[in-house]
Amino acid sequence: MNFDFSDDSKLLREQAQRFLREQCPPKTVRHVLEGHAPYSPDLWRAMAGMGWLGAAVPERYDGAGLGYEALCVLAEELGRVLAPVPFASTVYLAAEAILAAGSEAQKREYLPRIVRGELIATLALAEGAGEPREAGVRARLSDGRVTGSKWPVPDGSIAQLAVVVAQDATGLALALVDLTAPGVIRAVLPMVDPSRDHAKIEFDNAPATPLGAPGQGWETVRRLLDRAAVLTAFEQVGGAGASLEMATAYAKERFAFGRPIGSFQAIKHKLADVYVATELARSNAYYAAWALSADAAELPLAAATARVSATDAFFVAAKENIQVHGGAGFTWDYDCHLFYRRAKLLALSLGSQRYWKDRVVAELETRNAA
Amino acid sequence: MDFDDTPEEAAFRAEARAFLGSHATRKQRSSGALRYGDTDAAEVERAKAWQAKKADAGFAGITWQKAWGGRGGTQMQQIIWNQEEAEYEVPHNVFLIGLGMCIPTMIAYAGAEQLQRYVRPALRGEEIWCQLFSEPAAGSDVAGLRTRAEKRGDEWVINGQKIWTSGAHYSDYGLLLTRSDPGVQKHAGLTAFFIDMRAPGVEVRPIHQMSGASNFNEVFFTDLRVPDSQRLGTPGQGWKVAITTLMNERLAVGEIRRPDLQDLIELARSVELDGRPAIADPSVRGRIADWHAKSQGLTYTRLRILTALSRGTTPGPENSIAKVVNAAKLQDIASFGMDLLGMAGGVMDPELVPMHAMFQDALLSSPSHRIAGGTDEILRNIIAERVLGLPGDVRVDKDVAFNQLPSGSR
Repeated sequence: MNFDFSDDSKLLREQAQRFLREQCPPKTVRHVLEGHAPYSPDLWRAMAGMGWLGAAVPERYDGAGLGYEALCVLAEELGRVLAPVPFASTVYLAAEAILAAGSEAQKREYLPRIVRGELIATLALAEGAGEPREAGVRARLSDGRVTGSKWPVPDGSIAQLAVVVAQDATGLALALVDLTAPGVIRAVLPMVDPSRDHAKIEFDNAPATPLGAPGQGWETVRRLLDRAAVLTAFEQVGGAGASLEMATAYAKERFAFGRPIGSFQAIKHKLADVYVATELARSNAYYAAWALSADAAELPLAAATARVSATDAFFVAAKENIQVHGGAGFTWDYDCHLFYRRAKLLALSLGSQRYWKDRVVAELETRNAA
Repeated sequence: MDFDDTPEEAAFRAEARAFLGSHATRKQRSSGALRYGDTDAAEVERAKAWQAKKADAGFAGITWQKAWGGRGGTQMQQIIWNQEEAEYEVPHNVFLIGLGMCIPTMIAYAGAEQLQRYVRPALRGEEIWCQLFSEPAAGSDVAGLRTRAEKRGDEWVINGQKIWTSGAHYSDYGLLLTRSDPGVQKHAGLTAFFIDMRAPGVEVRPIHQMSGASNFNEVFFTDLRVPDSQRLGTPGQGWKVAITTLMNERLAVGEIRRPDLQDLIELARSVELDGRPAIADPSVRGRIADWHAKSQGLTYTRLRILTALSRGTTPGPENSIAKVVNAAKLQDIASFGMDLLGMAGGVMDPELVPMHAMFQDALLSSPSHRIAGGTDEILRNIIAERVLGLPGDVRVDKDVAFNQLPSGSR
């Protein structure tokens, strides 16, 4: 039994923690949150310099080839500090889509640039309200041109490249679109968490290159979302852990009625419940990390389970962190709202709990039928 | 990451499987009646026979020293044994408290001659032990107990009452915590003993539980005389002895109780809501997914703890997570399963309602799991104080003699 991260991964975690403590303090997050920049280019460049953008990209495409366990470790640490960078869209979604569906030429063209931090990329899936669904995609792809409206697109105003999900003659397809080309109109969207960029993108006969075999688009999207769910679960676990630490520290320092508020059972039991939710989420995320690293048949169920667990944990941790801080927690100056905003954003970014809970049960049904 | 045994662990597992395969029957998962009933005399006899077989083959007291008839093995081996034994139809529970809590306390505090006399028979299942700590006025606050021990010459005279004593009716010996000095602070006035449950002055009465079963007892002491040689630790050191006992309780293995999630899925597929299987209903799917995430989270939390154990680390209070989550989950699943039957949900006839009324039975037995062995509230305090490091509550009983404390009327 060795249900733990490797020594290499633990070293990477320590290194990441040291690096992010210096490079991504709360003021870096607030700089983006308060609208001074759409993301932190300095942090992004430094992360590229550390080789993080290619942590799971094979070495033949200039990646570090460290595998998915390493990427999970990085995701947790980035989640802990609410890193305001286009990591999830570029690495979990776009790079993964190119790795999964791209031709050799496409991989050689795009992956090394992603790894070096020269190319921010994203996945354009959502078209307004709704869960991820094949029938929900109305954007059209024909004759190498895409037309449709996509929103919200994560990092949509800063990305240069998008993997666009659209319908073509054979069914659902993926296509690569240069977002700086004519036929692409982008508008920044105000978001519940402004520390992460999102845009509405109108494609009007924008030039598009097919990505992957025709007719397999939705299956690729579903698998992409599963894999991204695992990595996002680690971000959520990181955020939940940080929220819990913040609330616990405050409960020890803040006095009321002549004693630390953490000595009241109302606070203790609340934080014990947050701890339990966070540990369950962490354990589910670990298992999903194993499934992702081993490319195991259990991945779809493990990913959906980790997603459900982590979404719950981060939201409960973030909202109770505000509650423990009382009125101070509701101010702009305290960092509680940064976690609260991010918790809700991540809870929706790959589909809501409704989608992922349904996935869990659908997988359980398949398994029971087998 | 892997889920494999080390070569040593694999060898032990093979040995355990070989023994179990030739001495016991493998369990079949059934949706049959699972009434949480009493442990009757015949069950106790079966348990004793199985324990003797295990002891002779070296699978009882796996972590105990060889000097006490144990194997001198590791925690990990004990867990592997528990995992394997759980797959077989064998009696359980009867020796959990004695071997898990009482005898380890004896080993820590009793004299050499006494250990020669008591440890081996306990290990072989010839003698059964129970734990006499809780009282009507001392539940979560065990140190608030009132059973009096008064020294008279070489003897102690015991008067008082214990409650919630599992297995007292079939136990031979008991580990007893008493108040020997009510004039000092409550933790300082306790003294521990071991007693003969069949001595004059000991009376055991079963408690009729809300579920209808009787797993627990009240135990009354009327001028029970205990020789001073049966004292454990010095007079006034009883709390320290009790901590030794309760530390061992935290290592007890979490049981898997029914109905579990698989049972709920089976039920949700077999009953209809609005003309389609209940499992197609989004609200039902949402609840199933929540419980699945909790169950799996516990499974993998346990694997993380096992990994630490496998490397020789002692598990901490993190173990409290499993009890907090499981107890509430059982009650909630029972209640939700009944909801799926609508107007018939309250029927307990095992022939009429699905799954042999498993959900209805569990509704009535599940409240005990949120109380016994540490209430939900105490476990949350443990997590908050020992894991998160939050400060202790303000104690009004700290610097006061026990007999000066307010006691209320219940």
